[in-house]
Amino acid sequence: MIALLLLAAAPVSGYAFLGPETQALQDDEFANPGYLWVERGAALWEEAGCAACHDLTNINAAAYPRYDAATERLINLEGQINRCRMRTGEEAWAWESEPLLALTAMLANRSHGAVIEPAPDARTTPFLAAGRAFFHQRRGQLDLSCADCHERYAGARLRGERVSQGQTNGYPAYRLLWGSLASTHRMFRWCNEAVRSEPYPLGSPEYVNLEYFLRHRGRGLTVETPAVRR
Amino acid sequence: MRARVKLPASARQGEVVTVRTLASHPMHTGYGRDMQGALVPRHIVSEFICRYGGGEVFRAQFGPGVAANPFLEFQLRAVESGNVTFTWRTDRGAELVIERHLQVT
Repeated sequence: MIALLLLAAAPVSGYAFLGPETQALQDDEFANPGYLWVERGAALWEEAGCAACHDLTNINAAAYPRYDAATERLINLEGQINRCRMRTGEEAWAWESEPLLALTAMLANRSHGAVIEPAPDARTTPFLAAGRAFFHQRRGQLDLSCADCHERYAGARLRGERVSQGQTNGYPAYRLLWGSLASTHRMFRWCNEAVRSEPYPLGSPEYVNLEYFLRHRGRGLTVETPAVRR
Repeated sequence: MRARVKLPASARQGEVVTVRTLASHPMHTGYGRDMQGALVPRHIVSEFICRYGGGEVFRAQFGPGVAANPFLEFQLRAVESGNVTFTWRTDRGAELVIERHLQVT
């Protein structure tokens, strides 16, 4: 753990902050409950007819969020899925609904083991800056920024838990606390509420910018979706 | 409810095989609240039964203290070729049955 503290500058996956039992659960492809969503996502891919337009082998979920020229801002994987839904005349799935989580998890899982390396894109500079500012902005009644816990105190104890760096390489991840798969945005909201601040809506530009900044911050980590987190 | 089952497709006579099951279920205890703050009524998988070789070989009863997506691992002795059936029952009477063939050589 001291080593983890010293390494605070380098990205460390949330996996390293887990106990050995939880790590074993994540590594076991059968017992890891996150794969229930991955399987459901694969079935949805067929049901929804995604294959009519998309070749699964060409989809790189690790490249999201990315710049979207049509709206001139960032779009994340969930946003892209819902845009496709609406383009084909379907209703968009609610954020954090089971089908949206399942499809997102299935696509992200296809990049399992891939190194996170966001492609440089000058158009994303203002959004990256906004995400970084959000990360360092103190908020809420507790007056804490993301960086206060997840940079300064990463590796330290908070009650019975080890504070992680807040990396997103395992998301959507199975959260034991909720007994469910969860997106990065649900984690952002939960964290915002934990410092007693008013959370932003899931899928809001603020959270997508933060998600994008965290991808950059975690460059070099490998995709672990579906990870298991406490 | 959905479930995953893992057991070998074939085994030698007398061999002890490991069976693993993972059911997909939220296991609402009756004390939790949803996003709007309303109580979520109790809804759990209450029973699991495994049948093989003409009889019941494993049974488990779950209470509300069992975590979401209950996982079970147990052993069977392979005695004859036949179907192994797995049944999950919820406290609302819903039932999920999965059947797998075990070839004994």
